[in-house]
Parts: sequence; C-alpha cells; structure tokens
Amino acid sequence: MSIATTTHATVARRDQPAMLVVGPLAWARINLFTSFWSSLVTLALAYFLIKFAVSFIDWAFIKSIWTVPTDATGRLDPTACREAKGTGACWAVIWDKHRFILFGRYPFAEQWRGAIVIMLFLGLFVVSAMRRFWRKELVLIWIATLSTIGILMWGGVFGLRYVPQDEWGGLPITLILSTFGLAAAFPIAVLVALGRRSTKLPAVKLLCVVYIEVIRGVPLISLLFMASVMFPLFMPVGMNPDKLLRAQVAIILFAAVYLAEVIRGGLQALPKGQYEAADALGLSYWNKTFLIILPQALRLVIPPLVNTFIGFFKDTSLVLIIGIFDLLTSGKVAVADPIWQAFSTEVYIMLGLIYFCFCFSMSRYSRGLEREFGQSARR
Amino acid sequence: MSTTSIDPRLAGARGAPKKGLTLSWSDPRFRAIVWQVLIVGLIAGGIWYLASNTAANLEQRRIATGFGFLGRTAGIPIGEHMIPYDPAVNTYGRAVLVGVVNTLMVTVIGVLLVTLLGTVIGIASLSPNWLLSRLCHAFVEGMRDIPLLLHLLFWYALLLTLPPAREAMTLMPGVFLSNGGLKTPLLVWQPAHSWAMLAMVAGGVATWLAARRATRMQHATGLRPKVWPVACAGLLLAPLLVWSVLGAPFTLEVPVQGRFRFSGGSNLSPELMALMIGLVLYHSAFAAEIVRSGIQSVPSGQWEAAGAIGLKRGVVLRQVVLPQALRVIIPPMTSTYLGVAKNSSLAVAIGYPDLVSIVNTTLNQTGQAIEGIALIMAVYLTISLSISLFMNWYNARIALVER
Repeated sequence: MSIATTTHATVARRDQPAMLVVGPLAWARINLFTSFWSSLVTLALAYFLIKFAVSFIDWAFIKSIWTVPTDATGRLDPTACREAKGTGACWAVIWDKHRFILFGRYPFAEQWRGAIVIMLFLGLFVVSAMRRFWRKELVLIWIATLSTIGILMWGGVFGLRYVPQDEWGGLPITLILSTFGLAAAFPIAVLVALGRRSTKLPAVKLLCVVYIEVIRGVPLISLLFMASVMFPLFMPVGMNPDKLLRAQVAIILFAAVYLAEVIRGGLQALPKGQYEAADALGLSYWNKTFLIILPQALRLVIPPLVNTFIGFFKDTSLVLIIGIFDLLTSGKVAVADPIWQAFSTEVYIMLGLIYFCFCFSMSRYSRGLEREFGQSARR
Repeated sequence: MSTTSIDPRLAGARGAPKKGLTLSWSDPRFRAIVWQVLIVGLIAGGIWYLASNTAANLEQRRIATGFGFLGRTAGIPIGEHMIPYDPAVNTYGRAVLVGVVNTLMVTVIGVLLVTLLGTVIGIASLSPNWLLSRLCHAFVEGMRDIPLLLHLLFWYALLLTLPPAREAMTLMPGVFLSNGGLKTPLLVWQPAHSWAMLAMVAGGVATWLAARRATRMQHATGLRPKVWPVACAGLLLAPLLVWSVLGAPFTLEVPVQGRFRFSGGSNLSPELMALMIGLVLYHSAFAAEIVRSGIQSVPSGQWEAAGAIGLKRGVVLRQVVLPQALRVIIPPMTSTYLGVAKNSSLAVAIGYPDLVSIVNTTLNQTGQAIEGIALIMAVYLTISLSISLFMNWYNARIALVER
C-alpha cells in the first residue's frame, strides 16, 4: 500500500517564489492554470463540459415531456413524445412503465409485496454494513430476513396469494439472485479456498484447483446456458427444476470461485506465525481454522469481497440472455411496447441510474473500509 | 534454486523419524487418506449420477451424442464473417469457426483499445490539472458501476435510432453514419499494396534491430546512436518507394447512397460498433484504475530523484515511473484482458455473430446442447489460458529487469 502520493508537480512548486497562496484565484492558478498546456487542457475541457451539460439539461429537463394524455380509448397517446424526439427526453415512458420495470410480471395487486422485499433487502445491506452488527447474530438476521423475503415473494401462507416463480420479476429478482447467490456461495468459497491451500490432501487440492481454473476460464454466459439447456438433462427423467433456481445454481457456482480466490488472498496474507501458534496450542484443524485463521483472514479481505460483490451484482443482469425477468430484462421488455419503442434511451438511463446507485454506494463503502483498515494497520 | 540444497550434516536431523502407516484414526496420514477417498468418492458418485441421468434423458429424447453434427450443412445466415462463408454450402463446423474468428477479432481489438484508453485515462487521472483528474475519476466511476450488458443495449439502441440510410449523416466526404452502421471508403487492394506492406514489415524488423543495436551501443559507450532515421526510412520511405515504383495504384471504392441501403465501401455494423464501444468503455474504466494505482505504487522518491537530475515530467513518467509501475500493473491487467475475452460473449444479446451466439443457434437447431456448451467452454478456456500464459511470460520478462 503506498502511503505517500506526492507527485512531481508538488515538488516543482516548492522552489517557485511565493505568490498568491490562498483564495479561489490562487487555487485556480495552482490547480487549473499551472502552465500553458495545463491552461489549454482546462479551457478545452471546460468548453466541452459546459456544452455537453447545457445540451443534456436542455434535453433531459427543459424540452422533455413528463406525461402524455390518454386518448378516447383509454390508451396513452405518445404523439407529444414523438414530436419532441431528438430534442427532448420522453420521461412519460418511465411514468407509464415504472411499476413494470420495478416488479416485472408480478401480479399488479400484489406488487406491494415486491416493494417490501426491496426495502427488506436494503435494510439487510445497511445493517450488514455497520460494524456494530458484525457478530454471530448477523447470521441469524440474514436467515430471518431471507426467509421473510421467501414468504413474501411466494405467498401461500398468512392469507397471501400464492405467486409462482415464473411470475416474479424486476428489481426483486436482481436482488434475490445476487444476495441469495452471495449467501450460498460464501460457505462454498471458504471450503474451496481452504481446499486449495491444503497441503495434506493433494486429491482435494487438485479438485479445487481444477474447479477454480475451469470456471474462471469460461464466461458466465456459458454457465447460464448450461443451466438453461443442460441442467434438465442432468436431472432424473421427468424432473424439471425451475428456471430461476437453475440460474441461481449457475450463479452460485460462478460466484463461489471468485470469492474463493479473494479468500485465498486473505489466507495467504495472514502471517505464518498465526498458523504455527494455533498448531502449538494443539488446536485441531477445524478449531484452528474457525477460531484463529478465518476471523482474521476474512477481515483482511472485506474490501475486495465487497468489490467482488459489486461485480457479481452487475453480472446477475446476464440472466437476460436466458430469459429470466430481472431488472434489465423488464426494462428491455418495457420498451418493446409498440408505443414506447423509440424511447429506449430514457429507460436505459433510468436502469443505469438504479444500478449505479447500488454499485456506487457499495464501492464508496468498500473504499471507506479500506481507509479505516489501512489506518488501524499503520498504527 | 541453488540455495535450497541442505547441508549434508543436517540432512539426517531434519525430518521426524519415518513411521509406517498405522490404521488408526490418530494417525494424521491415515485420516488424510480416508478423507480424500471419501470426498473424491462423493464427487465421483455425483458425477456418475448426473452422467447416468443424462444418458437416460438423451435416450428418451432420442438425441444422438457426438460431434457429427459439425459436418452437416449449417444453413445459418451469418451477417459478418471474416473468412468466406455461405450458409447453403458450408457446415456447422465452418459456422463455428466463423464465430471463433469473430470472437478473436473482437478480443484483440478490444484489448488494444482498452489498453490505450485505460492508460491514457489512468495517467490523466493523476494529472495536477484538477478539472482533468476529476473528469477522469467521474468517467471511471460512471462506466464501471453500470452492467456491461446495459452498456451494450444502450449503445445498440442509440445506434439504431440514427437516421436511415437515405438520410445518413455525412461525417466526412465518403464516410456515412446511419442506422445501418458506419460506411467508409474501401481501398481497392492491388498487388502493389501487398508489396508495400511487405516492405513496411521489413522496415519494422530493421527498426527493431537498429533499436537493439542502439541499446547495446548505449550500454557499451554511453552514447545512443539515433534510431529515428532508420525508422523513417524503413517504415515510411521504403513502402512509399515500393508503392510508387509499382505504379502507385490508388483507387477508393466510395459507398454510394441508395434509397434503403448503401452499396460498395466497407461497413462497420451497428452490432459490432455497439459491442466495441460498450466493451472498451466498460473495461477501460477498470484498466484506468489499475494503471493509476500502479503509478501511485511507485515511491515518490523516484519522481523526486528523477526530477533532481533534471528530467521533464513526461520523460520521468516514461523512463522511470512506468517501467517500475508495470510490475504492479501486469497481474491485474491480465485479469482485465481475460474479462474482455470472456465478456465479448455478451455479443449474443445484441445479435453480433460471435462464438456463443452461433453455437447457441446451432444447439437450438440440432439439440446438441452438451457438445455445443463443451465447444464454447473449450474455446474460451484455450483463449484464457493463452492470454494467461502470454502475460505470465511478459511479467517474468519484466521482472528480470530487477536485480
């Protein structure tokens, strides 16, 4: 980890005569107009930035259409949007389709359940992110929340209507695929990482290495295809597991490998003395691993684990290719509606914003953790 | 590895005395063997169970196994092929080969562009110019926090909303942009061009040799002979000379605008353009972060020392900092390249005929799911392994510079 990030520029500045050193003008002089070339770059960038910002604001907010009227037959009339095409955004498509984009084909009257599921997921993420909750009870919270989510999505008990899995869709699917995937992949990943590091079990080590290297070498799509066309062949004749479950299994198998490699990094980074000290105490392998090694190793790799989770959250969008109704798929299907066909840009921008919010907050969080851990390590 | 040999006097004292294997649970070696037999047995049993299920299923559905289907006539129309292909004549094997070539092309061009854009943005994000570095950071955050698939769908949709061929935008004389893609003039290839190309390759070899010689001379005498005259002569003058001696043929096939489509010229399809834009923007954000952290990992003393001997910032970056940063950059950059190769498979979502999309069509038509997916996996494993091997070799070569 680099501590000093001083660059050449700060060094060069030191031997210049003291000029204006405080105030916005001095700041601009030092940071924007250091030299001829720097000034040129600043001016050019500022020109393009302002030009782009003005035309974007004009398109997105000033000349944009927010709602469209309904015609005599009760259908929406997108004429206003068609006329504004090219000069202004048509946000009416979002207004019309937002329920469909968020919840997919989930029965309209039951969509409040999907909304609660999204809230539960957000709450779960926030609680898990707080260090005060990093203890054993967190596992119980996860189990409780995930079961509640299952009950809410399926229904069939407590007077909730039963909703079969192929009617689920939208943001809940994206969150389910990524969160359940993480929860299930994590224990597998720990075992695989331990297996790959084991010295006494060469056969297990070989199995783990082959599993990791094969899955890392192929694209996720090939695994998803496998899930959608090959899993039915693997099952006993006549048994056909649900499509969502099959995709979930593929995602778990995929995620476990990447998580395992991150965890292996943590196992390797842990000083050898910790292993030896645990051995000297006469702890058994599993006691040593779960009481001494893993608590420290996992702590070391929390920031890269969060980064893996970000990648993995984005990768769930690939289920679009095998036709599962996640957030991206419902957005894509929403703009297949003949009325809104020409306005996919607006919908994709909206989807991009949703994904961005999730990923950006996670990456900010991971960076904050990294800084915090770095400080405690330096002390 | 000469230092690992053990002092012969100590050799006897090193290991614990060897004991025979006892069939007792307290013998760790016995436990290890039991565990391994158990785990391997379980996994083998699982695989056997799945395989027997698969065999039963295949029998029930009357699907033949084997790669025989590759020899049958394909009949899949493929829009873009680098090698000759005709759906009426050529086989599935040929179609798959077209897909492999397309995937390789996208990967190679993607890796080059990602390296270029990533390096530029990574270096620029460390610029003392506040506006430039902020913009680069914003680019990185914005691009990498959006799923690649959304990138592809977005750019593809945007390219399809361009005006149709008859109202195509004229970017330059002869260069048209429409919802049918980018049309550019095509140079009519003649033997003289091939010869000029050959001369250029020879010039490149000559330049390389001259550069090596220059480095040797520099090491021996401290003075570096000039290389640029050789480069100019070899890479520019010689091809031009060959070309003009052979009559300097130069005919451009300019695309002609028709009512619905263009005729003539070369075409860059919207699918390929969207795929390249999406892949490059998404991955160059990661590459930029890798380059940035690599440069930051070089201690600031290196910058200061190089500045103290009077080198300019650009020279310091090229000659002092980047060679040291490369060692930090190469391993994560390798996984970015692997990512480009693997993610080029998302082309299937926007209909670019890459390997996955062609095999997908093939297995839908023939029902040969297992063989198709095995093919995809084998090709990608080969590509991934080749990239890993090459990058490991390059990494080892760079690492040698260190004493």
